[in-house]
Amino acid sequence: MSAATAPLAASGPATGGRRPGFGHLMLSEWTKIRSVRSTVWSLAILIVLTLVFTALFMKMGIANWDKTSPSQQAEMRLDPTGTILGSGILLSQLAVCVLGVMAIASEYSTGMIRASLLAVPRRVPVLAAKASVFALLVLAVGEVTAFGSFFLGAPILHDKAPVALGDPGVLRAVTGCGLYLALLGLFALGAAAVIRHTAASITVVVGFVLVITPMTDLLPGSVGEHVHAFMPTQAGFMITQQHARAGDVLGPWQGLGVFALWTAVLLAVAAVQLRRRDA
Amino acid sequence: MIEAKNLTKRYGDKTAVNDLSFTVEPGRVTGFLGPNGAGKSTTMRLLLGLDRPDAGTATVNGVAYRDLARPLRVVGALLEARAVHTGRSAYDHLLCLAQTQGIGRRRVGEVIEQVGLASVARKRAGGFSLGMGQRLGIAAALLGDPAALVLDEPVNGLDPEGILWIRNLMKSLAAEGRAVFVSSHLMNEMAVTADHLIVIGRGRLVADCSTEEFIERSTERSVLVRTPDGQQLAELLTRQGATVTRTEEGDLDVTGIEAPRIAELAAAEKLVLHELSTRRGSLEEAFMELTRDAVEYDAGLPAAGGVK
Repeated sequence: MSAATAPLAASGPATGGRRPGFGHLMLSEWTKIRSVRSTVWSLAILIVLTLVFTALFMKMGIANWDKTSPSQQAEMRLDPTGTILGSGILLSQLAVCVLGVMAIASEYSTGMIRASLLAVPRRVPVLAAKASVFALLVLAVGEVTAFGSFFLGAPILHDKAPVALGDPGVLRAVTGCGLYLALLGLFALGAAAVIRHTAASITVVVGFVLVITPMTDLLPGSVGEHVHAFMPTQAGFMITQQHARAGDVLGPWQGLGVFALWTAVLLAVAAVQLRRRDA
Repeated sequence: MIEAKNLTKRYGDKTAVNDLSFTVEPGRVTGFLGPNGAGKSTTMRLLLGLDRPDAGTATVNGVAYRDLARPLRVVGALLEARAVHTGRSAYDHLLCLAQTQGIGRRRVGEVIEQVGLASVARKRAGGFSLGMGQRLGIAAALLGDPAALVLDEPVNGLDPEGILWIRNLMKSLAAEGRAVFVSSHLMNEMAVTADHLIVIGRGRLVADCSTEEFIERSTERSVLVRTPDGQQLAELLTRQGATVTRTEEGDLDVTGIEAPRIAELAAAEKLVLHELSTRRGSLEEAFMELTRDAVEYDAGLPAAGGVK
């Protein structure tokens, strides 16, 4: 093995060889993700259900077109992309939150984290590799569901609210939907890395995304408006809008940037804690 | 070589490990002995960089565990609590650990064979019995072919066959020149496995010496004598400075004088002996006595090194 021939004393036989590259750690994290059957199934079901729900909602929207209010009809005509993406995303959001939590919290609940940290005693690279692999996986799955939803929904809506991928803002919104899901996965993973308990993490993340964030919309005045706009998922979700609307506090990329900032802070806190705490 | 220097770890106001120093030499099995709660697991976690010491250092080959580049190739560890994702197969568990060190799939197959898990390697680890879980833990420890092994209570949950297997494995690993550091709360288990003993009680070092020496000093020897001339022999032995007590069966229990000397004295006086046998006190009892109050016994015990 190359261990014995390593040139530097600091990376010689006494320390077991040269420090393995980040690619090794990512490969290991990929093995971890793909070897737990529930994760693989959850992702597959996520794709299928999101597509099915999107098609179903679009068909219902068209079937009930005459019964819907004029304001809602106008909304769908203005932003057909947002309409298509928004219908399935509730489901994908929930699944991505749970998977993000499980990716790290399951290591704590099973004790696997100790084996992981024995292999990589510097610790933070484990978190970085895990976050990278998980984010890439969710990005791939997110793009598949986003483009799948769009190509499934657009023809259904075509008569009432025509939209094509080439229309302004559409490609950005569809691509951005996958990015949003990847960030959401990281956000959940970061929160779980701080909390370290499965049930508590799921409660906090899902509660924050699905309950607290919508509730901030009820806050009065311009302060309330800003608080709501800067909530992580609210800000991030702006990317899926085809057009800016009157009264939007943040633009699509600004919003995604705000969400990325929230996520980065969470992951940074998680990294600091991982280094400091006893495992 | 594993080295602990003045290790101290506190949890709140409780001191789990208190100024502990010792070395684990290569080529022998070093038993780490102490009652439950004495601080064995904590010490091992400090050695492995899982917990941070409040004071002191722990090193392997002179390097702190956290600074090891490919730690699994230097130290193999089996932790007392399970450290396996229950949804993952034994093979995938070992594979994801191997990949962090650049260890190939062939080696994963080898260690699975070595610990006898080949037939269940593709099954979920969550369904493993305690014994199979221990074997998987051992496989993970051996993965990097390390020069040092740290094993926390490896015989826990094993059946007699498994205990024998792990005992022989540890001895052969030491015979290959590795440093084997193994904890146990069972004195008798260590007496037959370890070449050297480090005994702690309440987080403090109680003894650091060879197993032989520990047994020699910890257990008082007495000689059982069965004779029709009990009265005469008792007086004779007492005059020679021995302590003689009568057992319920009327035999003599003699301490302070060796069996051959008793036979010689009896022969000189033409006294008949029906039985003459040397007995040792219970090692387990001696160990319990020793660790019951670690601090009091601190000074009076064999200390090959480390005790201050």
